[in-house]
Amino acid sequence: MSIHAKIVDDFVANGVGFITTVPCKQLAGVIDEVEARPEIHHVPSNKEDEGMGLCAGSYMGGKRAAIIMQNTAIGVTINTLATLIQYYRMPLPMLISYRGELREPVACQVEMAVHTKALLAQLNIPTYHFHNQSDVNEFDMILKYTFMCNKPVAILTDANFWGGYGDQ
Amino acid sequence: MIRSEILKEIAPILRDQLVVCNIGIPSQELHAIDDQPTNFYMLGTMGLASSIGLGLAMAQPKPVIAIDGDGSVLTNLCTLPTIANNVTDNYILLIIDNGSYGSTGDQPTYAGKKTSLAKVAEACGCDNVVECRDVDTGRVLQEALDSKKMTVIVCKCDSGNATMPVITMDPVVIRDRFMKAVQA
Repeated sequence: MSIHAKIVDDFVANGVGFITTVPCKQLAGVIDEVEARPEIHHVPSNKEDEGMGLCAGSYMGGKRAAIIMQNTAIGVTINTLATLIQYYRMPLPMLISYRGELREPVACQVEMAVHTKALLAQLNIPTYHFHNQSDVNEFDMILKYTFMCNKPVAILTDANFWGGYGDQ
Repeated sequence: MIRSEILKEIAPILRDQLVVCNIGIPSQELHAIDDQPTNFYMLGTMGLASSIGLGLAMAQPKPVIAIDGDGSVLTNLCTLPTIANNVTDNYILLIIDNGSYGSTGDQPTYAGKKTSLAKVAEACGCDNVVECRDVDTGRVLQEALDSKKMTVIVCKCDSGNATMPVITMDPVVIRDRFMKAVQA
């Protein structure tokens, strides 16, 4: 089974019925898989804070929600994470493309990568880093953990996890 | 009319609906005029009332009215293409357009100058966009509810705020009672 199918299977098995996405080249496969699944209402967002608003509404409407985005979005969404998702205590799995890590070809991506874990730590957001493909086996447990504790949870997925992207 | 006068007038319509209300003075005014478990008050996160309302409308069948402001819509302008392209017929976006950032000292917004939010919404692809005068808001809102079609209402009104107390309810309480009202 592809890691894309495994990830989306786990979303479905954990009752996630709404996913919003802001694309990244590394995330193209999993976004295609989300779009293809009838169990999931997929709504592309223009910006990640907008997407978190959609997720908050979906959750309050009784449908578990998740967001798929790039790590640069942490810079966009800090206020939304603090004053909406955390303040109202809502669960939000964030599947994040961790650009600027090993096997990254674009130098500018490193500039946000060096801040990513520090920002998530500052926000007290539980953070997991998928580096090898076998790490995906923890995804189901991470989703259960997220909906147990009603917090935003970050799953950082680097280029090595996705099988390399534009290797140097 | 100023926003609080409009909210007073439409309170009997809002009372029976799920309402997501914009941050700051709009939520304070609605809370003071007619607090209901079916009201979700935003205490932070300027700009996301329309997005929260759309997510809520997509997740369940009851009508949802998102009360937003012109300044907040300008902050999250990318919400309008998302709304337009994800038609959700139990969703109404009511933009109280007083041409100012009311909660921060009534500084003018571009919506009070050359920018027409109704035209922006139409250009984004929204099918049912109604610009109305303040005095017509109740009628237009009721017509939108009765139409069962996703509608964006831009209500042009005067700048100004009523002095209302800050909402001290805990955010988790606001969220919990709102979710129970959604499920009721």
